[in-house]
Amino acid sequence: MQKLNSKIPAGPLAEKWSRHKAAINVVSPANKRKLEIIVVGTGLGGASAAASLAELGYNVKAFCYQDSPRRAHSIAAQGGINAAKNYQNDNDSIFRLFYDTVKGGDYRAREANVYRLAEVSPNIIDQCVAQGVPFAREYGGLLDNRSFGGVLVSRTFYARGQTGQQLLLGAYQALNRQISKGNVKMYSRHEMLDVVVKDGKARGIIARDMVTGEIKRFGAHAVVIATGGYGNVFFLSTMAMGANGSAAWQCYKKGAMFANPSFVQIHPTCIPVHGSQQSKLTLMSESLRNDGRVWVPKKLEDAQKLREGKIGPNDIPDEDRDFYLERRYPSYGNLVPRDVASRAAKERCDAGYGVNPEGKAVYLDFKYSIERLGKKVIEARYGNLFQMYEKITDADPYKEPMMIYPAIHYAMGGVWVDYNLMTTIPGLYAIGEANFSDHGANRLGASALMQGLADGYFILPYTIGDYLAGEIMTPKVDVNAPEFEAAEKEVTDRLYKLFNVKGTRTVDYFHKELGHIMWDYVGMSRNEEGLKKAISGIQKLREEFWADVKIPGELNNLNPELEKAGRLADFFDIGELMARDALLRNESCGGHFREESVTEDGEAMRNDEKYAHVSIWEYLGEKKEPALHIEPLVFENVKLSQRSYK
Amino acid sequence: MADKILKKLYIKVWRQNNAQDKGRFETYEIENVSTGSSFLEMMDILNNNLIEKGIDPVAFDHDCREGICGICSMFINGRPHGPDSAVTTCQLHMRKFNDGDTITVEPWRAAAFPVIKDLVVDRTAFDKILQAGGFVSVNTGGVPDGNAILISRDDAEEAMDAAACIGCGACVAACKNSSAMLFVAAKVSHLAKLPQGRIEAKARARNMVARMDELGFGGCTNTGACEAECPKSISISHIARLNREYLVAKFSE
Ligand SMILES: Cc1cc2nc3c(=O)[nH]c(=O)nc-3n(C[C@H](O)[C@H](O)[C@H](O)COP(=O)(O)OP(=O)(O)OC[C@H]3O[C@@H](n4cnc5c(N)ncnc54)[C@H](O)[C@@H]3O)c2cc1C
Ligand code: SF4
Ligand code: FES
Repeated sequence: MQKLNSKIPAGPLAEKWSRHKAAINVVSPANKRKLEIIVVGTGLGGASAAASLAELGYNVKAFCYQDSPRRAHSIAAQGGINAAKNYQNDNDSIFRLFYDTVKGGDYRAREANVYRLAEVSPNIIDQCVAQGVPFAREYGGLLDNRSFGGVLVSRTFYARGQTGQQLLLGAYQALNRQISKGNVKMYSRHEMLDVVVKDGKARGIIARDMVTGEIKRFGAHAVVIATGGYGNVFFLSTMAMGANGSAAWQCYKKGAMFANPSFVQIHPTCIPVHGSQQSKLTLMSESLRNDGRVWVPKKLEDAQKLREGKIGPNDIPDEDRDFYLERRYPSYGNLVPRDVASRAAKERCDAGYGVNPEGKAVYLDFKYSIERLGKKVIEARYGNLFQMYEKITDADPYKEPMMIYPAIHYAMGGVWVDYNLMTTIPGLYAIGEANFSDHGANRLGASALMQGLADGYFILPYTIGDYLAGEIMTPKVDVNAPEFEAAEKEVTDRLYKLFNVKGTRTVDYFHKELGHIMWDYVGMSRNEEGLKKAISGIQKLREEFWADVKIPGELNNLNPELEKAGRLADFFDIGELMARDALLRNESCGGHFREESVTEDGEAMRNDEKYAHVSIWEYLGEKKEPALHIEPLVFENVKLSQRSYK
Repeated sequence: MADKILKKLYIKVWRQNNAQDKGRFETYEIENVSTGSSFLEMMDILNNNLIEKGIDPVAFDHDCREGICGICSMFINGRPHGPDSAVTTCQLHMRKFNDGDTITVEPWRAAAFPVIKDLVVDRTAFDKILQAGGFVSVNTGGVPDGNAILISRDDAEEAMDAAACIGCGACVAACKNSSAMLFVAAKVSHLAKLPQGRIEAKARARNMVARMDELGFGGCTNTGACEAECPKSISISHIARLNREYLVAKFSE
């Protein structure tokens, strides 16, 4: 199985990355000028990579589906970014960040990758400060930190509740600088619809100009996918409306393997679903759990009255409130990791203690910290989040607790990559949320931003040189080659096929149906019977979709329904693969909870003997079952233990 | 708090098939919208109805739907982002409207933001302004430790106030001159407030203003309309700072 060489360097953990960097090839400045790189996506991963590669001298073409690179979904990240700076003198270190990340991921990530992530994390903060990112400061002028779910040190850097925005603007500014110098050519409102593989190597992409509908070919010596996560397979999620798994999925269909698709993260603190007209869910930053206490009523009849609107939360005295996280997990309390907090909320609501009319909400209460710290402090910390909450729900969280419920938020699974971030297609790389590499079965808060920027600023720019050093004799890629022609035809045929179904049902109808299947059977809690139902249900729905979807408008004009239909067509396939992967992994780890694998008191139970591996799927053709490969995970530096937050 | 149902609304919306099309208003009726729905959810329902009737749905830009990406851009009842303060269109909720209302929805109107289709406009001019200098000229790597330069909390907070701009363009749409001064000032001010950005502050102001003029945005006559409609409450005091930087830059030429 030569395809699956993870290329993890030999040597002690702490020296792997420096030894690797010393050993890999470097491209000379003169040769860099002759090489072209395509970067698809301009989120934290893509923008930082495109800018850094262009600074090095490569010719970069960057793509995004929005009208501007600044609007990538990374913009929405609120809480913060981790880094092992130990500025707080609380005994943080690279090793501790590494250890927390591996443990938080429930021992389903590669040690070497995670260590490297922790190792470069301090550089990210330095870089962002130099770019002018206005991180929060202490009165003495030093950088401020906060602590974030699931860890015991304060290592999270933040810019109010808009950290993702500020980090992305930093990367976008670096990108703009390279665009102005002519080193990056930016293609906004362009959607990648296929990757082109020639002689076994990635050589370009096919993209649709979303304004004119024109299908275009782009060639390069290497292609980088930085297209984010596939959480929207659930229809309702905290992802941006256009976020999709399609670029990654096209890579999969061309031979890039897909790892751990069933590992998705459910975030515990989102504004609950409300009615049937809702289009997306809004996250309330995890940082709120630092100062908010989570509770439901102790008495079923109180919950009933709350649901009926007969009483309000403030009518329930403290002794009748069940602070169930503090009760179940005394040492971590409200700061348990996301998966634990999410399942605990579901457990209470399933038991009948939910507090909104739908019975699917718990309280997050700031009364206690307002009493302790004063309203001013809370306002300074969370003002914009409170405002957002009030605008959406029309309720004032300074006066009554927020209502929250878990929602889909992040995909740990993604395109399989080796230590160099290269997929199983030579010359094709995947970075940021689009790859699977660092978070195992559960991602810790404030670590996605760290990973995106680590990949883009400090890892890919080195590792891609190793491959491109072998490409310096390759001339400019000819987009008239038959491989491009074939890929373009495939794309056009598929668009025609979709457009010409001319059925009776809207894209959203099908997407909502898919979302229901996914949430019910492939969501927070999974079992064999449900997963099998999901697979057959998705297959049936996909057939209906291809027979009955109705796409209005024109092919050669701006056509949002056509865009959505193309993405949904891939979500059916992604959803099915997720269910398959979840079915085969009969253990509970991180975000993946199998009802068949629990301890006596109902907590998740891992099975390291059978499942301490990455599950990797290979596409074998339409209507064929994909093949499963396994990359064993070797732990030499951490001790595997059942996670305990008690 | 309890949501009500708006039984009937009339949506008078700008339809324009492409940049060449002249465009016109069409009015559509829509029924049973919850006051708890967002404005864009109302537009989803409208579009769903249109698709079912075989009419091309109304194209509009939207993505994050939480007020941060800055892509949504509707001019509603004569105001950018509609009749609520300090929100984007996607954060506007139907509780701001009454049963039986006619709601007029138009795209941003500005020479520098040509219409692409219906409510979708081309805002690449904003990117181009920033490309003229809205950055700090540092490459990746080789930078000092993050705590090597102390920054007072007040300066960091003020920089953050300006950096909160989401690049939506409401300021331009609100301005009778279609000026982009608030947008430009926000970036100039964000970077000028920090030591990292000080070094290039003058050149930045000069180059960005020059580019803004070239791209067909109008001049600023201090009407304050931009500040009033900015969803992120960016203050026009930043325009004063921009003017200072700009004048210094001009004097030192
Ligand atoms: C509400 C919210 C809050 C979060 N808060 C935090 C936090 O506090 N801390 C943290 O660490 N993480 C947080 N995360 C997670 C984190 O924001 C994301 O995982 C991360 O930003 C992803 O970055 P990315 O660069 O991989 O992709 P994205 O930012 O998702 O960017 C994807 C890019 O790909 C482009 N694209 C996609 N498909 C195509 C296509 N087919 N063709 C062309 N272009 C395409 C898009 O245009 C976009 O530019 C949060 C996530 C959400 C949803
Ligand atoms: S200044 Fe305000 S209105 Fe103008 S683009 Fe920025 S956020 Fe939008
Ligand atoms: S859709 Fe992102 S700000 Fe409105």
